[in-house]
Amino acid sequence: MANEIEKAGTKFSLDYAPALESTSIVSIDDEYGLFIGGKFVAPKNGETFKTVSPSTEKTLARIASASAADVNRAVKAARKAHTEIWGPMSGRDRAKYLFRIARQLQERAREFAVLESMDGGKPIKESRDVDVPLAAAHFFYHAGWADKLEYAFPGRHIAPRGVVGQIIPWNFPLLMLAWKIAPALATGNTVVLKPAETTPLTALLFAQLLQDIDLPPGVVNIVTGAGATGSALVEHGDIDKLAFTGSTSVGKQIQRSAAARRVPLTLELGGKAAHIVFEDAALDQAVEGVINGIYFNQGHVCCAGSRLLVQESIAESFVERLKNRLSTVRVGDPLDKNTDVGAINSAEQLARITELVAAGVEEGAELYQPECALPERGYWFRPTIFTNVQQSHRIAREEIFGPVLSVLTFRTPEEAVSKANDTQYGLSAGIWTEKGSKILWMADQLDAGVIWANTFNQFDAASPFGGYKESGFGREGGLQGLSAYVSLSTPKGGS
Amino acid sequence: MVTLPPEAGRLVGVSTEVESPAGSAVFAPRSRSGVALRVTPVDQVGLEARASTFTTRSIKTTSKRAAINLAISCIDLTTLEGMDTPGKVAALCRKAVRPDPSNAAVPSVAAVCVYPQMVPVAVQHTAGSGVHVASVAGAFPSGQSSMAVRIADIEQAVADGADEIDIVISRGAFLSGDYGYVFNEIEAQKIACGPAHLKVILETGELGSYDQIRKASMLAMAAGADFIKTSTGKVTNNSSMPVALCMAEAIRDYADQTGEIVGLKVAGGIRTAKQAWHYLVLIAETLGTQWLTPDLFRIGASSLLNDLLLQLQKLDTGRYSGPNYVSVD
Amino acid sequence: MAERLDVQKTYKLFIGGAFPRSESGRTFAVLAGDGSLIANVASASRKDLRDAVLAARSAQAGWAARTAYNRGQILYRVAEVMEGRRSQFVEELSRCGVAAPAAKKQVEQAIDRWVWYAGWCDKFHHIAGTVNSVAGPYFNFTMPEPTGVVGIVTPDSPALLGLVSRLAPALVSGNTAVVLTGEASPLTAVSMAEVVATSDVPGGVVNILTGETKDMLPWLLGHRDVNAVDLTGAPDLDAATIAEAAENVKRLIRGEPNDQSPYVIADFCEMKTVWHPVGR
Repeated sequence: MANEIEKAGTKFSLDYAPALESTSIVSIDDEYGLFIGGKFVAPKNGETFKTVSPSTEKTLARIASASAADVNRAVKAARKAHTEIWGPMSGRDRAKYLFRIARQLQERAREFAVLESMDGGKPIKESRDVDVPLAAAHFFYHAGWADKLEYAFPGRHIAPRGVVGQIIPWNFPLLMLAWKIAPALATGNTVVLKPAETTPLTALLFAQLLQDIDLPPGVVNIVTGAGATGSALVEHGDIDKLAFTGSTSVGKQIQRSAAARRVPLTLELGGKAAHIVFEDAALDQAVEGVINGIYFNQGHVCCAGSRLLVQESIAESFVERLKNRLSTVRVGDPLDKNTDVGAINSAEQLARITELVAAGVEEGAELYQPECALPERGYWFRPTIFTNVQQSHRIAREEIFGPVLSVLTFRTPEEAVSKANDTQYGLSAGIWTEKGSKILWMADQLDAGVIWANTFNQFDAASPFGGYKESGFGREGGLQGLSAYVSLSTPKGGS
Repeated sequence: MVTLPPEAGRLVGVSTEVESPAGSAVFAPRSRSGVALRVTPVDQVGLEARASTFTTRSIKTTSKRAAINLAISCIDLTTLEGMDTPGKVAALCRKAVRPDPSNAAVPSVAAVCVYPQMVPVAVQHTAGSGVHVASVAGAFPSGQSSMAVRIADIEQAVADGADEIDIVISRGAFLSGDYGYVFNEIEAQKIACGPAHLKVILETGELGSYDQIRKASMLAMAAGADFIKTSTGKVTNNSSMPVALCMAEAIRDYADQTGEIVGLKVAGGIRTAKQAWHYLVLIAETLGTQWLTPDLFRIGASSLLNDLLLQLQKLDTGRYSGPNYVSVD
Repeated sequence: MAERLDVQKTYKLFIGGAFPRSESGRTFAVLAGDGSLIANVASASRKDLRDAVLAARSAQAGWAARTAYNRGQILYRVAEVMEGRRSQFVEELSRCGVAAPAAKKQVEQAIDRWVWYAGWCDKFHHIAGTVNSVAGPYFNFTMPEPTGVVGIVTPDSPALLGLVSRLAPALVSGNTAVVLTGEASPLTAVSMAEVVATSDVPGGVVNILTGETKDMLPWLLGHRDVNAVDLTGAPDLDAATIAEAAENVKRLIRGEPNDQSPYVIADFCEMKTVWHPVGR
């Protein structure tokens, strides 16, 4: 076929322009304090750390590192705000503040998107089209709940938890902030939130936004820092609820700490999602789904479809389609609008991915990476497909959290289910088949909190998200997501 | 009933009779070389989502001129009006051969596309230019005539000098499940074309779903189409990015399965240079840049040409141009 | 003629539909208020716990796969069988120190609670599930599913009603249960097991272990094949014991001992959200 095509015409080269999103819209301070009680304050011990652009390795700013004393200040500010202002405030007024936040996020969307891509390395088309719009949508959605909670939990007495401590990861910094803060505020809680160490900037810009909309001081407090700051928040004695999104190993540590102190907890942890493709699927859309499922956000996605389970009858041709499709995926500058896969978030994460990929090769899986030039500076990893992967390989069991797809095969629906469920995780799963009854059967059988059938990586404020098994508990988004932030009890006089 | 050549009718399980019953809906085409073809289902939402991604690619400035020239060279400059006259067609041909009289570097378009009655005029005015003469034939745009009439229509156009023939499929037969009929009619018309290239119009706006478009694409390719083409331009829904993607994926699958290369023609509603880029990106990312040649990709259009010329002028002068600086033919 | 001699009952464990003695051979004495022996009750060991979890796991998929209508009928059957043994339950509660009128009321409430939850089997999806209006061409719904194998520590008081209030809602969605009942009031728990055993509830769906819950809880909380533990009735535990739950990110449930609410059913559920494009 190749010969015929070459004969057929002269080769035309269609080069895409580097379409760089201008960074002039953002202004980054040299140094950021902690956002406590509505003000930016210096950390008590004066410690700072730097946040680096993973695509250039340049330092973007120095960030305050919150100590236990700082966390204590933040919790006190949140307690005061809860007792004096936010707790007694009517749902109607809380709603109006949330609507203000949503609108401001929409108005300043481009600024947030550019900053997100600079600080975290994700492609501008994702921060622009996914992260920021979804963050705004989350506030918009929850704003509407604030004065309607009695309809969310009919027959129950509803009370806010109080002061909630929230710790978010670096893969969707602003979006995870929205997932945490929006439902907490809507239900009448005040917040102390710790952004991830490598991606604090959009949270700090968000803090500035809160000043602009006159959110009462102390309702939201943002304490930046690394693991020690997180521990101080988790172990603080005056926190009424904890919410964490991140790795399963850290999640378990938090659960140990919280369980002993009976602090209500929700966890959104790791995943090793099975993405199941049957021979009767809409294969071109399945290819898109699989590509999007694993290379979206460099694979730094807890619900990434990192295990492709493809029916043996089409395995070879399907992998061929994937490889062809991969050849059009563009890796590079996150601020280039043509970029599909950006920079790996940190040197540490790059090392982790590199180590697991080496293990895959070591264990006998077959590695495929497309030819593509990578920038000289920054943290990069080529989109990778492993074939000949066995269920027992590390790359089939451990969360890689990078652009690495492990391909396995199955013969029957039962085998697909059994392989898909053979993991300690249970966050998400994908099913591709044109047979409706098979979709419903599979959806029923799979142990996962989110099932995407004939689509993948879709998110919405109205759609609950969260895992089974060691992928965590509790939901974020939708009606079900509200319950984490309220205390429900039998009303006086019985239900 | 038209007598078909002995090699006609390679549909498994379908009668080679033209009057094979409707409603049987057996769809199991084989390629010209006898390969049983696999047609995958299409999911509308996923297809449309993918199609929209091509519209966000930006083409490098240095590639832009080449892209504009390529788009021009892939145009089937078209006039298909009841009011077409030799004068109108002559003007069109002049434009086709030399799109921008002030700039000899601008390439000719691929072809002019006219009704059969206008073929002699078009042949006369494009002679020696390398611009092909395409004719819609076979009872365009409905196809609702007897096979004998349609074949005579094609034979006349070819005899008059058309070297490309655009025909329509019988949507009624296709929608009633009479795939054998559609297969056979295309094959018969292909034979009637002789040396002329055959473009088969699926009229995607009337097929109802992308699944059907994919199916019709495979059927047309199996029956001998050199090009498959989206639309006549005579119905409400013409070419769109998802439709083109759906057909391009069918072409790619057909090539993968059979080794046979078929071209794609998009038509109807393509008026701006920007739309043309989008299609070029779609082709490049779906079929590969090998398909970016007039031999395998065509855009059926009329006003698009002037918009491309305006873009070229912008590149040349650095200023936005206006409609007074191109000829309106 | 001499007065008829009572046939004394042996109170045993309930595992996988059978009534074994404890693997350890141990028992504990339940004494009446006057210090007289009421019964020796089997004292479950961690191996009994292991067996019970195994039985619960084996039964779980099948129980969840039954139609909600069928589960509802079976739970209603539990109430029917229990109704026929009302006096026995009242007597057992009384012997353990509950005043007769309160005992009678508690038994009636417990029976009614089974009836109440039986009716929820094919209705709580209406309350806990949702169809979600997402901003795109997708049909999106969330449905509750059983979390799997749940451990339930029953409250000491109200002994019978507390057990039913925690066990019944767990069963509604299709969980299977390993119930730990402390030494304070085990008699009705064992009788409850006998009712369950004769009520079409498949073996292994309910397992009831009597004994020292404090000894068994670390094993239950640390067990990697237990999905959730209801600590509503649990004694105070040290931090290290509760922390065991993190081993497999176990769901910990803390409710009210005498609650009756569809939200309790949801506490024992996972929420599964399914997306599908809408197209043609």
